[in-house]
Amino acid sequence: MSVILNAGEISRALRRISHEILEKNHGSSEVLLLGIPTRGALLSQRIKVLIEEIEKSPVLAGTLDITMYRDDLRMRPPRTLMPTEIPGGGIDEKHVVLVDDVFYSGRTIRAALDAINEVGRPRSVQLAVLIDRGHRELPIRADFVGKNIPTAKDESVRVHLTEIDGVDEVLIEGRTSS
Amino acid sequence: MKNLLSINDLSKADALEILDTAVELSRLSENTVRKFPTLRGRTVVNLFFEDSTRTRISFEAAAKRLSADVINFSAKGSSLSKGESLKDTALTLQAMGADAVIIRHSASGAAHQLARQEWMKGSVINAGDGTHEHPTQALLDAFTIRRRLRADSGDLTGLSVGIVGDVLHSRVARSNVLLLQKLGAEVILVAPPTLLPVGVDSWGAQVRYSLDDVLPLVDAVMMLRVQRERMEDLFFPTEREYSRNFGLNLERMNRLKNTAIVMHPGPMNRGLEISADSADSHQSVIVEQVANGVSVRMSVLYLLLGGATARDLNLSSAGGM
Repeated sequence: MSVILNAGEISRALRRISHEILEKNHGSSEVLLLGIPTRGALLSQRIKVLIEEIEKSPVLAGTLDITMYRDDLRMRPPRTLMPTEIPGGGIDEKHVVLVDDVFYSGRTIRAALDAINEVGRPRSVQLAVLIDRGHRELPIRADFVGKNIPTAKDESVRVHLTEIDGVDEVLIEGRTSS
Repeated sequence: MKNLLSINDLSKADALEILDTAVELSRLSENTVRKFPTLRGRTVVNLFFEDSTRTRISFEAAAKRLSADVINFSAKGSSLSKGESLKDTALTLQAMGADAVIIRHSASGAAHQLARQEWMKGSVINAGDGTHEHPTQALLDAFTIRRRLRADSGDLTGLSVGIVGDVLHSRVARSNVLLLQKLGAEVILVAPPTLLPVGVDSWGAQVRYSLDDVLPLVDAVMMLRVQRERMEDLFFPTEREYSRNFGLNLERMNRLKNTAIVMHPGPMNRGLEISADSADSHQSVIVEQVANGVSVRMSVLYLLLGGATARDLNLSSAGGM
């Protein structure tokens, strides 16, 4: 098990992502951040705070639980639902930025796109992730990436955040040679 | 969890998981998401041997919002009225590929019979069996109490709930006593002695005979329907006398705490166990109970059918995958 991002590196990656989101969307007025619970929602909160610091104006943010839209529901016991909170004005005509911790097969994001489709019709949907570990199984890509980490399929990437885990760090486990 | 037959099958953690899931589902339903793809391809059968409108419609709405296919099988005008046995009905449903059967029956224990005999592989949900249990009604009542008095979180410790009236014939009362106590609430039963079942002292609830004395003590009061269709004997002298002693009216409501809520599982006999003005008062949550029923039943269906089921596992092993 080794640390691949420490607290400082996570914070710098999120700061850069915040700037990139602003650059791509010409400011924050039409941006709506949607974090995927659990850790994506926390990262989305942090990006919201960073963007508000930079722009000095409030940013819309919420959470989107994708459990009901997963394609592997029947392969496992039922999962507990997590909160979905959509800001009052809805997502129509907004630039929605999905935020997740680890980008892997792309199936979570596919489910998120289905969920978004039920909630409304945003002008665009973008994707911000802290870690892109590769091994996509669907034609989906990220717009904003904290760090690309080449991994083997038998390895696992764990994101720890202070709010839940008491520490900010990204670990890789099960690596046999490095 | 494969079946939902009795509140006794649920641990406190199971019950809270059903309520928590229902909270998320009800919030999503308010948030413009009316339909989820989650149970697409699953078949849910409403098997109703007894007349019911609200429970059947509530289950039907819940299943449809989760994209399940719903087959309504009611006793009238079907093979059931021609004397088909429960076993043959179950075998038929199995052959049709039912993933869940929601059963209401006038015989206590019918749902257990259907589940235990393994005539079919799908889940069984008890939607009321005789005078025995009606677990989803108790869950929606607990959900309503928790939403109103505990802001949708935690258990019901410290709350006191009065259940008033025809306890003898009420499966709603039995399920509610079991569940509310499991969740930490105190239950006070109020009824004329003739409408209390034998062995009620073993339920763990207080039994009182005066509604007026109990009303100031409770945080929620649940008025039970007087089930005239199940009454073969005379249990009280006249309806007017029953109503005077055990009916809720505006004058009696003044004895309630300001924060207390008035509940009724429906259908109401307005003017008998509850007066029209108290049923429509601002403390009444009777209409909310109906809306909450759909969320709670969605939650039960999701937790029973949303993940891998026994049927899936059998199918995949048979398929050699």
